[in-house]
Amino acid sequence: MTAPAAPALTIEHVAVHFGGLVAIDDMNFVVNEGELLSLIGPNGAGKTTAFNVITGFLKPSKGDMRYRGTSLNGLKPHQVASLGLVRTFQRTSVFRAHSVFDNVLTGLHLSGRSTLLDTLLRLPRERASEHELREAAWEILALVGIDNHAHEYAGALPYGDQRLLGVALALAAKPSMLLLDEPVSGMNASETGRFMRLLGKLRDRGMTILLVEHDMPMVMGVSDRIVVLNYGRIIAEGPPAAIRENPEVIRAYLGQAAAKRAAHA
Amino acid sequence: MRRFFPYLVVLLLASVPAWLGDPYILNAFITTGIFTIAAMSLNLLLGYTGQLSLGHVAFFGIGAYVSALTSLGFDVELFEGFHVVHEPWPVVYGLLFAIVFSGLCGYLVGKLSFRVRGAYFVIVTISFAEVVRLVALNWVELTQGPLALTNIPPFTVGFPGIGYTNLYGKVGNYYLVLGIGVGAYVIIKHLVESRIGRAMVALKENESLAVSIGINVTRYLVLAAVVSAAIAGASGSLYAHYLRIIDPDIFLFLYTVTMVIMVITGGKGTLAGPVVGGALFGAIPVIVRSFAAPEVQWILYGAFMIAIIFVLPQGIVPAIQRWFARGQTNPPRLASQPSVSAK
Repeated sequence: MTAPAAPALTIEHVAVHFGGLVAIDDMNFVVNEGELLSLIGPNGAGKTTAFNVITGFLKPSKGDMRYRGTSLNGLKPHQVASLGLVRTFQRTSVFRAHSVFDNVLTGLHLSGRSTLLDTLLRLPRERASEHELREAAWEILALVGIDNHAHEYAGALPYGDQRLLGVALALAAKPSMLLLDEPVSGMNASETGRFMRLLGKLRDRGMTILLVEHDMPMVMGVSDRIVVLNYGRIIAEGPPAAIRENPEVIRAYLGQAAAKRAAHA
Repeated sequence: MRRFFPYLVVLLLASVPAWLGDPYILNAFITTGIFTIAAMSLNLLLGYTGQLSLGHVAFFGIGAYVSALTSLGFDVELFEGFHVVHEPWPVVYGLLFAIVFSGLCGYLVGKLSFRVRGAYFVIVTISFAEVVRLVALNWVELTQGPLALTNIPPFTVGFPGIGYTNLYGKVGNYYLVLGIGVGAYVIIKHLVESRIGRAMVALKENESLAVSIGINVTRYLVLAAVVSAAIAGASGSLYAHYLRIIDPDIFLFLYTVTMVIMVITGGKGTLAGPVVGGALFGAIPVIVRSFAAPEVQWILYGAFMIAIIFVLPQGIVPAIQRWFARGQTNPPRLASQPSVSAK
């Protein structure tokens, strides 16, 4: 990063305890506007817990979280989403029994502007709002590249397309920052390639992204900075090149084989 | 063709009094219609938000009592020497108050009980219905208790200047029920085919995913409860002014079960489901009655219900939709309006 960017998301001294178990000990990091920050670490390091706590699905035991100056502490998930901080889920998460198009239409919930009375009586404002939502849904489907599947059941899509639909749902909530939880896990190489092109498009639009991912070549390729978690603590932070060389990271997380691959890359 | 089907059904129903001579059958049409409206309101909660309210009859009964008391008037001593007196008002205010008051009860029950889901929610709603029944039974000064509220005036229709007429007759009541039924159907249709309806269905299917895209769970569950309770209240009001006598038995669990059966067999989560289920379980007692003893009637009623659930677990309407959609791979649209894109 050349110029010091403004912080978008600030995490300070956040801890999450489940009874006596410490899932996250003392987490501190900042995601700047427009940045792609990756959060990596071995299984059980607390990455998904970090996502859950930032997006309001879990309450932190202590610590402060702020997004663009607004405190996230105590907010419910839907309130966090309405601030523009929208997540995807690790496991495939779509409304399976509905069409791809209706999924995205549902995702556009926050963009609707008709009142209850407009809806019950189907007044002109309701029709106009529905019309806008449908146009917006087509735009999102085209951006993500699944518009050719618009009228198929979400549950019937190939795996990679379901993951893309999960991202389309998140994008429909009009986020200024996306939190992606292992978006390419289980994808084949060509699906991963499609996903990385989508990430590039989103970054061109100035989207701030927090990424949790196990696919190391991808993480090294797309990240501006990387934060490494192990046993609920941050053990390293820096640009990909520095993380790749960091002996503690190699020992704690990447292991011999990955270290060798990193050296060849 | 499918677009015009609902209009055809309404036209057909509107023509019924013209060719149906038997007042007993017309009576069955009217009571079936009233319970079908209640079932439609239950479907909004059960079918679209996935929350099973087994106390739904409470809103129906509250609507009936509020409407009856508004039109009959009452004089209740709340404290020593403190009377609340209400003079009789026209029946149409009874209907309005029934809708508003039942909706308010739906709001309170929703606000309190949607902190819990599943079985706990079911128990809260059953308890609510039972409490309301005990109030109706024991607050004799207001409700006459088991002696029943009698001489409830029938609906009046008319316009200022032209004059009013009382709907004592079955035909008038039939059209009133049909009109309110169509109104309730249209309101529910508008609701479920909107952004609000999509939010409700999203909550039912995957609550975590729904909240992650900014849908406020409590808000939409409570909204569904309010609209559902208000429509149930309207059907209760129709019931009170048609039968012209109501007692605390109106809160019997049996009536809730009847509504649930209508929704489940017809197909929960479909607009036509409660209408089909309502028509079916309104017709069965009438048909069975013609050849079976009273005890056998109930056995046949139950057996028929089990048979439908066994053969068509999703309900009748979804089965018909699947039959028509066979060979097509695309899912039915959530919204009925054609999509605007050139796709």
